[in-house]
Amino acid sequence: MEENTNRISLDEYKKYKKRSLAADVWHNYKKSPSAMVGLILIVIIIVLAIAAQLIYDYEVDIVQQDLSQRFIAPNTEHLFGTDQYGRDVLTRVLYGAKYSLAVGIVSVAISCAIGATLGLIAGYYGGVIENVIMRFCDIFMGIPSVLLGIAIMSAFGQSLIVLMLAVGLVYMSAFARTARSAVLPVRDQEYIEAAKVAGVSDLKIIFSHVLPNSLSPIIVQVTMGVANGILTASFLSFLGLGVPVPAPEWGAMLSSGRQYIRDYSYLTNFPGLAIMITVLAFNLMGDGLRDALDPKLKQ
Amino acid sequence: MSQTENTKDLVLDLKNLQVRFETEDGICYAVNGLDLEIERGKALGLVGETGAGKTTTALSLLRLVPDPPGVVECEKMVINGHDMLNISIKELEKIRGKDISMIFQDPMTALNPVFTVGDQIAESIMLHEDVSMADAQRKAIDMLELVGIPGERAGEYPHEFSGGMKQRVVIAIALACHPQLLIADEPTTALDVTIQAQVLDLMRNLRQQYQTSLIMITHDLGIVAEVCDDVAVMYGGNIVEQGTLEDVFNHTMHPYTEGLFNSLPNINDRKAKLTPIRGLMLDPMDMPPGCPFAPRCPYYDEKCDLPQEKKYVTETHAIRCCAYERPGFHIERKER
Repeated sequence: MEENTNRISLDEYKKYKKRSLAADVWHNYKKSPSAMVGLILIVIIIVLAIAAQLIYDYEVDIVQQDLSQRFIAPNTEHLFGTDQYGRDVLTRVLYGAKYSLAVGIVSVAISCAIGATLGLIAGYYGGVIENVIMRFCDIFMGIPSVLLGIAIMSAFGQSLIVLMLAVGLVYMSAFARTARSAVLPVRDQEYIEAAKVAGVSDLKIIFSHVLPNSLSPIIVQVTMGVANGILTASFLSFLGLGVPVPAPEWGAMLSSGRQYIRDYSYLTNFPGLAIMITVLAFNLMGDGLRDALDPKLKQ
Repeated sequence: MSQTENTKDLVLDLKNLQVRFETEDGICYAVNGLDLEIERGKALGLVGETGAGKTTTALSLLRLVPDPPGVVECEKMVINGHDMLNISIKELEKIRGKDISMIFQDPMTALNPVFTVGDQIAESIMLHEDVSMADAQRKAIDMLELVGIPGERAGEYPHEFSGGMKQRVVIAIALACHPQLLIADEPTTALDVTIQAQVLDLMRNLRQQYQTSLIMITHDLGIVAEVCDDVAVMYGGNIVEQGTLEDVFNHTMHPYTEGLFNSLPNINDRKAKLTPIRGLMLDPMDMPPGCPFAPRCPYYDEKCDLPQEKKYVTETHAIRCCAYERPGFHIERKER
């Protein structure tokens, strides 16, 4: 026995340690070209957002008006043109990335943390607990999401944090439903019973055995949620309920450019394009991540 | 079994176990007043046809019968000195895996597909022993080698193993903390015959190494003969015949056990017809007050409709059958 242990601990144990979960997932992830495109796009967007924070001054470059420079069509000096107050659209789109990314990611983190946990608990325990949680979510879903967003925004006032919270709560019940339906087939598997036999506690079973096995639909929901969150935030800003006005949030830019869409369509085209590319990037990444997390798809 | 209790080192002491499932369609009586005792280091074969209550008995020992609809009632359930009836969930989690462990029937679904096998063995070690992650993983690799799988495969996922190897992994998990009592629920049913022999060999060796007691649930009498010291034959939620391997196999007394043996294929006469036990397993929703086997029994008389008492024929051999009160009664075992 003693000799045996020593032999393994040196060579084979190292070999075994090398294959961590993160390394495995990355190994699979990089095989998919579309997923890599998504990842590269997201990295570019994040880098640009950070660069814009460092290069541009909010007061001077983003909100300062110069009416002599109004409505200049895209040219070499102003690549995306200027808006009705003479502000450079490219600068504003780059600077606005931080709002959309922050709202998209944080709001999904909120709705996933609350919603998925509720769904996991409901699906795993079943019975009365499930009924209470899921009916609560049904009531939540019964309220139109835009109306709910508007209600929360007008109740707590306009700010970035409230916007994140509002978007997060709007999508919470979607996460609860997805998580619950993903748990149901896993709950009755023999390996869950085997884990109980080994003496694993319920809480640990839920988070370390049930969750990883029902992760794929939740991951898809997360990436869709980021995209949806960005869109909902843009929508609320478009209605004038999102980030307060002078801030270059993409939805707010769409909203203010709307009245000039016939003559100066670039005012809406560029922020719209920015939203589209960001949403696409998150969707591509989510797709790739789901495949990479499934050990059975490994070669 | 007529010895006094304190002279015996019992790993399992079970008295009058009753399990019923209260459904909307009626009450299903799965186990009805079952007694079971297992001495340390011994192996008991729990034999019976589908629906006899074998797996339900095993699950109720682990307190894993789904509730609702399951209701478990018991006079006494002591496992390795722990009273399983009055116990908190926390203590129960400590006992599961450490004192009592179980091997499931289907190795294909008993392993979590998203974790490497090494991590799954290590998890069970981490839960019950105060060791670091690295030590637990090293121990997990030792366990893998012990069941005959190269240690470097610890980093692979369950789908990369064959069925027989998965069952070895399941056995490694079950034995990782050296439980005192191991329940094997038809551990070889999903495996082909050559792998069956390997797995049984492995289990026997490991059992000798760690002095583990075993409950082997099976419907294969060949496996019982190979592995077990004692045999309990179950029918309709109760044990109808119980004794040592010698008692049950060579001095068969109960008509149901007789039927089981007579229905085995005859290896000497390959053209011989199989002799099934006539009739069907009874409906557990509609249990007769008397012997559950009475409707299918060739030796039936009116006394069989009364509740049957457990009677010791010899010191180790017990049956539930009133036919032996008739003068000169004996069953007819086919000669091979």
